Amino acid sequence: MAIPSPLLINEDAMRRNRAVRRLGQVGLWLNPLFAYFFLWAPILVLVLFSFNESRSVASFTGFTLKWYTNILNNVMGAERAFSTEIMLNAFRNSLFVGTIATIIATVLGTLIALAMARGRFPGKSLIDSLLFLPVVIPEITQAISLAIFFKVAFDWIATISGERLFPGFHTIIIAHVTFNISFVAIVVRARLADMNPQLEEAAGDLGANPWRAFWRVTFPLILPGVISGALLAFTLSLDDFVITFFTSGVGTSTLPVFVYGLLKLTVTPEVNAISTIMMVLSTLLIGISLAMQGRNASRG
Amino acid sequence: MKKLTLLIAVICLMAPVAIAQDMEYEPWTCPEGYEGQTLSIFNWSTYIAEDTVPNFEEACGVTVNYDIYESNEAMLARIRQGNPGYDIIVPSGGTVQRMAEEMLLIPLDLDMIPNVANVIPDLLGAAYDPENQYSLPYQWGTVGVGYSTEVFPDGISSWEQVWEHDGPVAWLDDRQTMLGIAHLFLGNDPNTTDADEISAARDYLIAKGGNVVTVAADDGQVLLERGDVDIAVEYNGDILQISWDCECDDYAYAIPEEGSNVWIDNLSIPVDAPNPELAMVFIDYILDAKVGADLTNYIWYASPNQASIESGFIDEEILNDPAIFPPPEQVANLFAIIDVGAEAEELINNAWDELLIFLGQ
Amino acid sequence: MASRLRTMRENGSLLALPTISWLVIFFVLPLIIVLVFSFMSRGRGGVAIMPFTLDHYGRTFDVFFIILQRSIGLAALTTIICLIAGYPLAFFISTRRRRIVQQVALFLVILPFWTNFLIRTYAWRILLGEEGTINGLLLSLGLISEPLPLLNTQLAVLIGLVYGFLPFMALPIYASVERFNFRYVDAAQDLGANDIRAFMRIVLPLTLPGVLAGCALVFIPSVGAFVTPDLLGGAKGLMIGNLINKQFGGSGNMPLGSALSIVMMAVVMISLLVYIFANRRDAGAS
Repeated sequence: MAIPSPLLINEDAMRRNRAVRRLGQVGLWLNPLFAYFFLWAPILVLVLFSFNESRSVASFTGFTLKWYTNILNNVMGAERAFSTEIMLNAFRNSLFVGTIATIIATVLGTLIALAMARGRFPGKSLIDSLLFLPVVIPEITQAISLAIFFKVAFDWIATISGERLFPGFHTIIIAHVTFNISFVAIVVRARLADMNPQLEEAAGDLGANPWRAFWRVTFPLILPGVISGALLAFTLSLDDFVITFFTSGVGTSTLPVFVYGLLKLTVTPEVNAISTIMMVLSTLLIGISLAMQGRNASRG
Repeated sequence: MKKLTLLIAVICLMAPVAIAQDMEYEPWTCPEGYEGQTLSIFNWSTYIAEDTVPNFEEACGVTVNYDIYESNEAMLARIRQGNPGYDIIVPSGGTVQRMAEEMLLIPLDLDMIPNVANVIPDLLGAAYDPENQYSLPYQWGTVGVGYSTEVFPDGISSWEQVWEHDGPVAWLDDRQTMLGIAHLFLGNDPNTTDADEISAARDYLIAKGGNVVTVAADDGQVLLERGDVDIAVEYNGDILQISWDCECDDYAYAIPEEGSNVWIDNLSIPVDAPNPELAMVFIDYILDAKVGADLTNYIWYASPNQASIESGFIDEEILNDPAIFPPPEQVANLFAIIDVGAEAEELINNAWDELLIFLGQ
Repeated sequence: MASRLRTMRENGSLLALPTISWLVIFFVLPLIIVLVFSFMSRGRGGVAIMPFTLDHYGRTFDVFFIILQRSIGLAALTTIICLIAGYPLAFFISTRRRRIVQQVALFLVILPFWTNFLIRTYAWRILLGEEGTINGLLLSLGLISEPLPLLNTQLAVLIGLVYGFLPFMALPIYASVERFNFRYVDAAQDLGANDIRAFMRIVLPLTLPGVLAGCALVFIPSVGAFVTPDLLGGAKGLMIGNLINKQFGGSGNMPLGSALSIVMMAVVMISLLVYIFANRRDAGAS
């Protein structure tokens, strides 16, 4: 059968096609409009009611900053509310866990990325899946597997050494490192893939030992990737709730774990205010990370 | 367990009359030698006054870690999996018995807790811990219904009203209490260990739970306050707290006439606690007349502290509130939860899982 | 020089060692323990004891089955809705002519997701509550006389999941549409294909990798969701993640909780295999 030339298509089909196209165009505008509204409305409502005079979230009765000043007063120590103290403590815990976990995960993630890009060894595809799995496994599965693992390990240590270990910062940090390694590795590998391996070899040819070649040539080139990997890890660590919830010990609640309790037990717009502050903070953080990546993209 | 309810009936008769006798009070002082130490508390949510912990930290020069839980079972699971480092827990009566039997509690040294003399004598030596070897009472209270007075201007007097309400209802994630209420309707012992009776109670609740929107983890009062439910099955103090917070009459608490659960929560020290000495100091602190009164004035539960009641430190409004100190004839109608043993515990846990699954169908 | 290079290669495998050991100890080993636990009996206090048993799997496929079904159903529905909403959205973003508009459009999708997941989910509690913003708005407009029961339903969970995972769908599709050369469409139309035909025959197959990746990225976390049903679902929106959590908390039955997670992981693995298979076939076809 010959291919029909456009000239041979009858009027009807043309009209139908025009109708489909118009519908498609309208749809192509309406759908994103709706999608953007859907994505933004909840957040705008959340922010709006953090300025609400009354405690209601159904109607806006008047503008106030009192929910923010309440929080700020507590932060500044003007009032010494018990719950605010716990919140600040949780925030400090989050930063502490995030920092340590990020450092370890960044080192481990970068190492494996380098090994995968440069080394030749058996079982590479197996390692590939090993790196891929923590990203795709449901959080709750990883959370309970770590919880059980720590229980079994601590019981075992208690029977052989007689000393009982408690979950705490170390267990949360181990958990966070575990899920962060893969993310760092993915980001660094992407950077390494763009890099010309001959640069390193050239350095070798010029007499630099591998160690020198790495620090003088490779490392500066992958540094932007390492930094954005680290920032990603830090963000994921600050944001994690489920895995932390299952691996935390006494007095080591992070901010999301605290916020979870707060969401369940508080009604005042103070939660909205705290949420808004957290939103601004994490936006800033990721903004910096993105700016870094942007810089590295334009340089690379 | 009739004994326990009778005891509480006696206290209830006693409590409202014993007000405002001027007594000499010396503020609690911390024994020397605890500066710089740490105490970790694991308590129910919304179950402490805002200044209880900071005042203790100041008095003793110590740091307190404070975590919350939402049910006896959740706390028990945490301790059974290996105490993660708590010094103080607040189990209810039956749970004290269970934990003592499983060797999960450290015996108290009553010499370190002179304020034990402040406790209402009848509340000492309860059946779940006859020698007070492992526990001293913290607060006591009831399970009932918190409801919106707008929806129920005439109040609630029967569980049937809860089952039949045409509107959102929240139950309490307290398995033994909820199944116990069903046992009352089925004419069984609320603490039965019989598999068929437990299944029957589960089926009864599933049949009556069509209007249940959530089985709340001790946050039913918040759902009521947000207007998400019209009725919340909750502990009495939690409901009274929100009425007090909003300074309004929008919410009320009632114990349905068919009966419900009465409980005593206790201060105990879990096994492997890092700092049991400081924990006993803390127990002594809580049993102080003024500290105990401030606590009760803030969380609106019934105080087991005779000194707090007699000193007049507790608000009269609280002492005269029948929702906090119920009249004796009502108390006689309430059941206490006892330890049912490991086997029945598993039956109850399975039944409760099944209830949660089928309630949503 | 050759020997130097060889040492670099060998160092390469040494470099991998610390990370691999870490993942084996803290990722693989825990999963193996969960697998073993899932075949053990429940001991006093909910711990796992001998002997081995299949009881927990029996229970998983018996009473827990409807929740498993619901979790898979809700995750599938979430995936479909995300696809329907995400595909045109990705198309819209990548077809903006000016680079800056495109970047802003993309940014507007990503930005909300820098907020903590708990808070984003909580925002829907504010919106959907009996005295929430949506009911408040509808009541004041006189469209309804009684507040609608929106919160604590499966619908609320579905909304929460779609909200949580829409960008996971939109972004991979965006990446594949961006690479797509629109001259193919022109060519097809020159050859007489109408728009629907051109889309079905040219656009869709060439953007399929993005679609498949998006589906996997949405479906997997949806099946295992815990926070969303916990905050929005109430009694009627319970999912498998909540029941796993219960086995480690109130219901104290670690072996059963382990069996539930293993089954959930199997569902995830099967969907991953489907993804990989579909991807290969697609790659082979084109």
